[in-house]
Amino acid sequence: MAKLTKSNFPQFSVDIFQNAYLAQGANEVNAIVTVTATGGGTSAALPAAGYGSPLDGPDAAVVIAVDCSGSMDYPPTKIRNAREATAVAIDSVRDGVAFAVVAGTHEAKEVYPGAGQLAISSPGTREEAKQSLRRLTPGGGTAIGTWLTKADQIFTTRPDISIRHAILLTDGRNEHERPDQLQHTLDRVQGRFTADCRGVGTDWEVAELRRISSALLGSVDIVADPSGLAEDFRAMMEKAMGKAVADVALRVWTPANAQVKFVKQVAPVVEDLSGRRVDAGPRAGDYPTGSWGGESRDYHVCIEVPPAGVGDEMLAGRISLVVPQPDGTTEVLSQGLVKAVWTDDLNASTKINPQVAHYTGQAELAGAIQEGLDAHRRGDLDTATSKLGKAVQLAAESGNEDTFKLLSKVVDVVDAKEGTVRFRKNVSEEDSMTLETRSTKTVRVKK
Amino acid sequence: MDQLTLSCPNCTQPVGESDRYCEVCGIDLSAARAASADPRSAAPSPTPATPDEDDDLADDYHFALDAFGTPAGPSSSPAGGPAGASPAGGVIGADFGTGPAGAAGGAGMAGAGPAGSTHGSAPGVGQAAAGAAGAQGAAGAGSGATGDFVLAAPLLATEVEGPEAAAVSVPDPWSSVAVGDSRLCVGCGAQRIDTDGYCEACGLAQPRPRDHQERSLNGVCGVSDRGHRHHRNEDAFAVAATSRPDGNSAAVAVVCDGVSSATRPDDASQAAADTASETLLEALESGEVPETAMTQAIMSAAARVDALATEYEREPSRNAPACTIVSAVVTEGRVTIGWVGDSRAYWFPDDRSGSRRLTVDDSWATRMVEAGLMTEAEAFADPRAHAITGWLGADAIEVEPHITTFVPDAPGTVLICSDGLWNYAEAAADLAAVVPADARTKPLQAAQTLARYACDRGGHDNVTVALLPVDRVDPPEPTMPDHPPTLVGESLDSPTIQLREGES
Repeated sequence: MAKLTKSNFPQFSVDIFQNAYLAQGANEVNAIVTVTATGGGTSAALPAAGYGSPLDGPDAAVVIAVDCSGSMDYPPTKIRNAREATAVAIDSVRDGVAFAVVAGTHEAKEVYPGAGQLAISSPGTREEAKQSLRRLTPGGGTAIGTWLTKADQIFTTRPDISIRHAILLTDGRNEHERPDQLQHTLDRVQGRFTADCRGVGTDWEVAELRRISSALLGSVDIVADPSGLAEDFRAMMEKAMGKAVADVALRVWTPANAQVKFVKQVAPVVEDLSGRRVDAGPRAGDYPTGSWGGESRDYHVCIEVPPAGVGDEMLAGRISLVVPQPDGTTEVLSQGLVKAVWTDDLNASTKINPQVAHYTGQAELAGAIQEGLDAHRRGDLDTATSKLGKAVQLAAESGNEDTFKLLSKVVDVVDAKEGTVRFRKNVSEEDSMTLETRSTKTVRVKK
Repeated sequence: MDQLTLSCPNCTQPVGESDRYCEVCGIDLSAARAASADPRSAAPSPTPATPDEDDDLADDYHFALDAFGTPAGPSSSPAGGPAGASPAGGVIGADFGTGPAGAAGGAGMAGAGPAGSTHGSAPGVGQAAAGAAGAQGAAGAGSGATGDFVLAAPLLATEVEGPEAAAVSVPDPWSSVAVGDSRLCVGCGAQRIDTDGYCEACGLAQPRPRDHQERSLNGVCGVSDRGHRHHRNEDAFAVAATSRPDGNSAAVAVVCDGVSSATRPDDASQAAADTASETLLEALESGEVPETAMTQAIMSAAARVDALATEYEREPSRNAPACTIVSAVVTEGRVTIGWVGDSRAYWFPDDRSGSRRLTVDDSWATRMVEAGLMTEAEAFADPRAHAITGWLGADAIEVEPHITTFVPDAPGTVLICSDGLWNYAEAAADLAAVVPADARTKPLQAAQTLARYACDRGGHDNVTVALLPVDRVDPPEPTMPDHPPTLVGESLDSPTIQLREGES
């Protein structure tokens, strides 16, 4: 560890869980990579003034973008709650952190501080910001891409701040720009900041917000009851304040003639990163993981290797965490090895590593829920029932109680072990959307 | 100590002047020397290796791998080269490989270790840095702290002076070859090997010191090889020689076979072999009778392997570290064998008539035959045949070492081995046909031959062989026990049967 003078820089550790033994001719290596960052960030217990110092300049910047489209007035509590939640979020911004508030409609308007700038948080600026929230009045359409572009412009004024995070609140579909326009914006801004997305009510589309939060390496969730917004905003902001290092990437080296089949984050939520690979030198690729505070995440890495002879041992992958340095180089924070050993001992080669099995199941669970709800929307009740039955079975098996509870609001569980379920009559849109939104949440392996 | 300044042109490991192979990377040093005699690379300045040189090294290395059984074979090893300086008996870097496919195997990893400790034992290859001196047979072997024993000249001393030895007398320009990790991958020939021992291009694990080891002392020698089908060598052995308080010499060998289904079996076998060897030497030096020394040795090895269970986190769905053990002591014309598990001892008199097995396996097959439930053929055909019923390790309910002693009436050789050898020639008569006729006088060559025999037949398991020549035969006395080995510490009918999958 060199040149990292910031005292709040976390220590990263990488643990690999796998069964390295392969049967003769087998060529697929699976491993769960647990990345744990400790000692970083500023814990929530610290007083607000403890973060950063005026001399160092701010370490983090946050832009809050609030949906102000006309629909936010139906019912009017929606916009009121959004204002209150934004106020709570502003109160959670620590002293010294740069922040701004944007009102989003079919275009993006700066609410505070304005002129494309970021304000530096202090009791005075936070009060000013809260006063300016009165200007959040509903009217107009929804074009989230413009909000993202505005956030990006604001962040760009302070390239010295490495941790950049946006919070997006919307209540409706992205109706006033084409999907390809949004995608174009996402392609442009991804990697420049991270974003958490929240959908209020049930008129928004889960897949759309998930696309945004995935691209921007943040979370997506539903706030079905607007009164719950304030608490959710506080939690999101505190999490953002806990980040200590940005732009961490998972670097996967594979030997010649090997191929990465996929790289998925599997805990705390399932997120396929395979398409996000950026080549990093010979036989290596970087998969972005965003910002880190004190936290632990699991990744499932699947590598196809050229089969070797029984008795041979090969390094199938070298998994490291890298963070870019100001001088353009990257620093390797920690690493682990994924191995392949060919054996004729069936006992050894047929064992599935418990972590790999568990997370394979969790990914399958998320997929089953999404496919099931999709089928339900299409009116294909048979497929929906069978998929959600499978999901119930997987959730019960793996001890994913939260998901199990959400599932049982949508289906009546007849036999969890067998996966026998019946669709409930009159499933509320809220329950169905909550299940879909949170389908990717996983639990860790029971020890 | 001029030779200590020499370093391997490939991996910069210090090497001895007469070493034929680098003990770390296994490169053929004589070939490297020849290459370095090439005008292109003979520059005296410490310039980095040129691509040309690297190509040469690559070729040379592959040559070394293919050199299995070439006329320049192990017998011409340099152990006796500067023989005077090598009283402990050289540690031989032989070109014993893992076969023609050897590129991926443990080929060329000439095992080398400090040939001399204070006991004159050779406990482990892990001490590689010191091994540079040890390989040279220097380091005051045998004459060390105890000061009471000087090992005789190596057995192979008369056979050296080959062309390689002559080459050594050429001044060594390659001591100035560039430093830096420029080892070549044994699989793809790429030049960069990372610090974890994997090729940075193809990922192949590079040969490790334990893949192939050989050690030779006066009166005892051992060879261990990874074989072809296991990715690491989970066998371990120790050979040692010492002297009894009455001045008689004693030779000691221990072979241990790690249980594959256990956690870190390679560490278990190494710990057991080292501990047993040390305990035996101490006991023998203090005048203990060999049978008692043997019991102590096996029990202390068992305790050591037990302790490993708490030192390591147990691998998921694996048992505590475990291994078998077989050990032999030859002193004053008496042979004492002790064992637990299915590693075996055999006796081969010079004329091979009366060759026999000295041990009875702690195995499922043996128990079935003992109990009269199956014929030997039926039992061995069963998939459970190799499940062992006795082992060292925390999961063992009770370790009951078997001890047997016999007094040969003719010169011959004691062989102890892991099942990696006897799987290919189980009966004593079959194995006798494989043991070279001159095994007693050239035991290292014989051990190499036997290990290669197993590798040539598939090398399905790690193979380890140790040989102890018995030269001195006392005239038969009426009080001496007769041939058939006596089992002491009978445990075959112990009430509890534990079964464990051994390696097949």
